[in-house]
Amino acid sequence: MRLTAHDLACVRGGRKVFAGVSFDLAGGDVMLVTGPNGAGKSSLLRVVAGLLRPASGRLSLEGGAKEASIAEQSHYVGHQDALKTTLSVAENLAFWTAFLGRGDDVMAALTAFDLAPLAHLPAAYLSAGQRKRLSLARLAAVKRPIWLLDEPLSALDHASQGRLVELMRHHRDRGGLAIVASHGPIGLAPALELRLGPT
Amino acid sequence: MNAFVALLIRDMRIAVRAGGGALIGAIFFLIVVVTVPFAVGPDLKLLGRIGPAVLWLGALLASLLALDRLFAADHEDGSLDVLMMGELPLELTILAKAAAHWLTTGLPLLFVAPLLGLMLDMDPAAMGPLLAALAVGTPALTFIGLVGAALSVALRRGGLLLAVIVLPLTIPILVFGVSTSEAASAGRTGFGPAFTILCALSMASLVLGPFAAAAALRHGLE
Repeated sequence: MRLTAHDLACVRGGRKVFAGVSFDLAGGDVMLVTGPNGAGKSSLLRVVAGLLRPASGRLSLEGGAKEASIAEQSHYVGHQDALKTTLSVAENLAFWTAFLGRGDDVMAALTAFDLAPLAHLPAAYLSAGQRKRLSLARLAAVKRPIWLLDEPLSALDHASQGRLVELMRHHRDRGGLAIVASHGPIGLAPALELRLGPT
Repeated sequence: MNAFVALLIRDMRIAVRAGGGALIGAIFFLIVVVTVPFAVGPDLKLLGRIGPAVLWLGALLASLLALDRLFAADHEDGSLDVLMMGELPLELTILAKAAAHWLTTGLPLLFVAPLLGLMLDMDPAAMGPLLAALAVGTPALTFIGLVGAALSVALRRGGLLLAVIVLPLTIPILVFGVSTSEAASAGRTGFGPAFTILCALSMASLVLGPFAAAAALRHGLE
C-alpha cells in the first residue's frame, strides 16, 4: 500500500499552519514528523485522518481496502484520549473495538499494555500515563493499516514506551504505515523524517 | 450494524451511570409540571383544560435538557474524532446517539406522564391519546434537537444557544401534539388528522435530523 501527499497546505483561523507538504510512504514505512510547537504536526495528522480539510493539495492511498477512505483505515491517537470516565477500562476498549470493527481480543490488547489488572476499574481513576496506554490499546485491539500517532510517548513510563515501540515495530513488519509526530526520538529508526515549520 | 448497537449501548450505559443524563429529564419533567398548580392555583377545571399543554411543554424542556451534551461531551474528550473515523456512516453514528438519548430521556417521560396527568385532573379518557402523541412526538423533539446540538458542539456554553436554535423549530410538534390531546379530551373528531400530522413530522425529523446534524458536525469541526 502507498500513502501519498501532494503539496498539502493547512489554514486554521486564517493563519497558514503549513504549506507545500509532500510525502510518499510505502507499506512498512514509519515517518517521523518533527518541528517546534505550532509548526502544524498535529494539524498534519488530523488532515491525514480526515478530521481537518486541507486548504489545498491532495492525499491518496493506493492498495488499501476497496471503497474505504483513508480515515476508515487509520488509527488516530491524539492528545485527547477518547475515554469515558464512567465506563470501566475494559468497557472503554470493548466499545472502540466493536465500533471500529474487526476487533481482536480486548483482553489481549489490555494485556499488551499491562492494563489487564485494571480492567474493571472506572477510567476516571486512571493516571495520565494509564489513560494514554488505554487510548493506545486501540492500536492493538483493532487492526488498521495506517497509524497516526500524536506524541505517543508522552506521559508513558519507560516500560510502556518499550511496549509501544515493540508494537510499532510489529506493525511495521506486517507492512503497516505509521506517521508519528514527536519532539524526541521514537525508539525505532524512521524511514523518513518530515520537518515542519521554519527551516 | 455491530458498531451501531455498540454505540447505542455505550451511550445508554453512560447515561445511567453517575453524572449521566438519564432520569434527570424525567425528574425535571416532574418538577416543571408539579410547579404549575402552585402558579395557577387549585382550580381543577382550569388545570384539566391546560393539562395537555403543560405536559407537552414539560416534555419539550425535559428533552432539551441533556441534549447539549450529546456531541459536546464526545467532542471534549476526543471521542468524536474517533467516531468520525469509523466505518459506520456519520449519519448512522448520529442516529445511534439520538436513539440512545431518546431511550434514556424521552421514554421515561412516557412512564411519568400518566401520573402527572392525574395530578392535573386530566380526563382519564384523554390519557391514552396523550401518551400516544407523546410517544410519537418526543422522538421528533430529540431529532430536531440533534441539529442544534451539532451546531453548538464546539461552544463551551452551548446549552443556551441550543435552546434558542431548537425551540422555534419544535413549535409544530407542540401545536399538533397539544391539539391531539385536546381533540381527544373534548371528544371531538380532530384526533386522527392531528395525530397523523404529528407522525409525519416525527418521520421527517427522523430522516432529516441525522443528515443535517452530520453536515453541521463535518462543517463545524474545521
